[in-house]
Amino acid sequence: MAGPSMSSTPAVQMRGIDKRFGAVHANRDVAISVRAGTVHGIVGENGAGKSTLMSILYGFYRADDGEIEIDGRPVTIGGSRDAIALGIGMVHQHFMLVDTLSALDNVMLGAEPGWRLWPARRQVRVRLDALMRDTGLHVDLDARVAELPVGERQRLEILKALYRGARILILDEPTAVLTPQETEALFATLRGLRERGTTILLITHKLREIMALCDAVTVMRGGRVVLDCAIADTSLDGLAEAMVGRRVKLGRGATPAAPPGAVLLRATGLGWTDALGVVRLADVSLTLHAGEIVGVAGVSGNGQSELLDLLSGLLVPSAGEMQIGGLRFAPAHWIDPRQARELRIAHVPEDRQRRGLVLPFDAWESAVLGYQQRRRYDRAGWMRQGAMRDDCATLMDRYDVRPRDPSLRTSRFSGGNQQKLVLAREAAPGPLVLLVGQPTRGVDVGAIEFIHGRLRAMRDAGGAVLVVSSELDEILALSDRVMVMNAGRVAGELPIAQCSESALGRLMGGAAPAPNEPLRMGERLPDAGRPAGPTAH
Amino acid sequence: MSPPVELPRWLDVAVLPAVNLLFALLVAGAVVTLVGFDPGRVLGLLVKGAFGSRAGLSYTLYYATTFVFTGLAVAVAIHGGLFNIGGEGQATMGGLGAGLVALAFGAHLPAWAMLPLMVLAAGLSGMAWAAVPGALQAWRGSHVVITTIMFNFLAAALLSYLLVDALKEPGNMTPESRAFAASARLPGMHEALAWLGIAWPRTPLNLSLLLALAAAAGVYLGLWKSQPGYALRAVGFAPDAARYAGIRPQRLIMVSMAASGALAGMVGVNEIAGVHGRLLPDFVAGAGFAGIAVSLIGRNHPAGIVLAALLFGALHQGGSELAFEIAGFSRDMVFMLQGLIVLFAGAMAQVAAPGLARAWRRVAPARGRRHG
Repeated sequence: MAGPSMSSTPAVQMRGIDKRFGAVHANRDVAISVRAGTVHGIVGENGAGKSTLMSILYGFYRADDGEIEIDGRPVTIGGSRDAIALGIGMVHQHFMLVDTLSALDNVMLGAEPGWRLWPARRQVRVRLDALMRDTGLHVDLDARVAELPVGERQRLEILKALYRGARILILDEPTAVLTPQETEALFATLRGLRERGTTILLITHKLREIMALCDAVTVMRGGRVVLDCAIADTSLDGLAEAMVGRRVKLGRGATPAAPPGAVLLRATGLGWTDALGVVRLADVSLTLHAGEIVGVAGVSGNGQSELLDLLSGLLVPSAGEMQIGGLRFAPAHWIDPRQARELRIAHVPEDRQRRGLVLPFDAWESAVLGYQQRRRYDRAGWMRQGAMRDDCATLMDRYDVRPRDPSLRTSRFSGGNQQKLVLAREAAPGPLVLLVGQPTRGVDVGAIEFIHGRLRAMRDAGGAVLVVSSELDEILALSDRVMVMNAGRVAGELPIAQCSESALGRLMGGAAPAPNEPLRMGERLPDAGRPAGPTAH
Repeated sequence: MSPPVELPRWLDVAVLPAVNLLFALLVAGAVVTLVGFDPGRVLGLLVKGAFGSRAGLSYTLYYATTFVFTGLAVAVAIHGGLFNIGGEGQATMGGLGAGLVALAFGAHLPAWAMLPLMVLAAGLSGMAWAAVPGALQAWRGSHVVITTIMFNFLAAALLSYLLVDALKEPGNMTPESRAFAASARLPGMHEALAWLGIAWPRTPLNLSLLLALAAAAGVYLGLWKSQPGYALRAVGFAPDAARYAGIRPQRLIMVSMAASGALAGMVGVNEIAGVHGRLLPDFVAGAGFAGIAVSLIGRNHPAGIVLAALLFGALHQGGSELAFEIAGFSRDMVFMLQGLIVLFAGAMAQVAAPGLARAWRRVAPARGRRHG
């Protein structure tokens, strides 16, 4: 399973690592041991502490407690300079490249062999050419970074680390921005590096990648290590369960009061291509019925955000159509956000701080965002601030937003209270369709229960709710039906009764569904028996 | 970068600028001492020159009027997320607009029709001059910082061309238009006060002061009480949130630039209609750029801008007085003081904030905390 250069001393050994950020205990007594010349996966959900741990190793943070050994020698890593000197390199999820410089200059930046640029360039080029030949990492050194495709930029980042003498390479969610083909190429490269004796630490939450590439894996949850084993000793299911933790009570409180009713929104064949020409969404169809919650599961960045934006009118698709009530929208005359609100489609955006709220506004100003021109709030172009403040106070009461002060600046509320404010605003007009992105991201436990309760209440009142979440727990707790997205497509669709973390996890990881077509709920007959879901077991 | 410090509003609005001003004065005092003058005497003379006499006060207010207009112009754009540094050109065009209608209709219209027409012309000209960069920004993505500064040069060139080749009085050597008819001259404050039976020295201060105060009130109402103002601030603070709310940023960029240009254009009313009574080159004299500093120091709020404009007006007037009173004291020293004020109250406005926050926490440990 590993290259020839494996030795008995671990390349990286961290023991008793402890780190707190204020009230958050990000790492608790974490121990990890990585053998030289292996690929070691570190998995966990958002906030599990894996990035904190790697940041400690790379010197971004200093651990409150614990010790680090590199190649068997105890070290203190006070900054990334120390880490580089110890042969540790890191490739960040968001590339650290200067777009306007050439690839060559980017490698050289900060590691110039001399103060005269031309001879330095020549020297660096010779070394890089050799490095590229040895590793198979090919990058056009003379191209400006802005012109390079994403996969090539990532190779450049890896080259940069290797050029600086990295023998231990940390990759933070390296495939988050890659297409499947680029991912394959990256894996081939990493396998090649392992052959050459490089030790690789791979942070990811894509389990399939762990199974495909790693020799060993450490699973983290809530700041602790919950599983640490060789890859041969585990399975996708085992990893999923370790990652999610307790077995979730499926369909917890999720029994709808009534069977789903009329179709409220139907979208067919939606596609969207971004400005760089990358297809982000292809052939996505969905139907929302009155009285149901549909969950959209998937690893972040697989098209869920784009789907929300298309449905709420923030993006215009390149293909497909949408029907709402009796209205039909084609890309040439797509719905816009204002129109969507008029048609009673409400949207709780994923990024509440940048999009759902205006942080410097007073709470009452944020509480009317998008609805500020309703007749109740408008007097010939002037704002009826009295009505706005009164309504804000009412919303705060009903949604338990604390402190109940409409005049307080929006930025001064905690994440959970900000989210409750957004939800209150969007739910208040009684929408037919509620689109919700990451309803409880960064929200404390008490608020999660509250928000989930509100979403269920909306469903029971006959609304359709579409929940996009990267938390499997949440999808399972809320949904009546789950749609899984992968690489911009619907990877499969399951009624909640047939969902398990492992079934969803595999669809999320892009495993091909079983031979029979995934169910499309739009084609569901009211009382007909349903064929077994493709990946249930 | 450290996160911005959250101070109670009154500390942020009142105490912090005062502390900054104090720092600027201290440093300026040190420089004045270094050069060999007595800083106490200099400051005394400065204050006395600016506020010590009715004439001095009038001059201070006259300068302040212009700074209120250009300061408000910058602030309105900033609330929309735009940095309009074309106040200079927009003010020039405002004066040109006012001047042209005065020259065209002054002989035929009475003052009650002429003066509103001039105000309107000044506003519309400034607005039009700002609308072009605004449109380029909104639909073509050309940055307003670049285009507005280019438009400053275009405005100056246009005015010079018209003065030299079209409007110059025959037989006059200076490139100036003929004097406007009496109906096209905005009454001076001394005239207005004389109608009320109050004797006041004759100074350039004119009724534009009232227009400036009305403009400040209008900007406050427009930004914080009206629907377009709400949309404009949403676009300025959080363009994504604005789009989410169904607000079209392009339209708001136009609204913001148009209002900004119209405000800058009002400088033309003060200078051309109120003081000179004829068109002449370079009547803006840097006030458009000073407006950036005024708005910065006034925290982009109309009330703050009025105070900052008063400060700048006082420095302007007091500085002239100083240069007159103290031998060897040049106006450059006053520019240095202005520069220090911009540095401390503008560029380094938040430098004293952490210290102030610490002091405040010591005084009131249980208050000023984040809620929730």
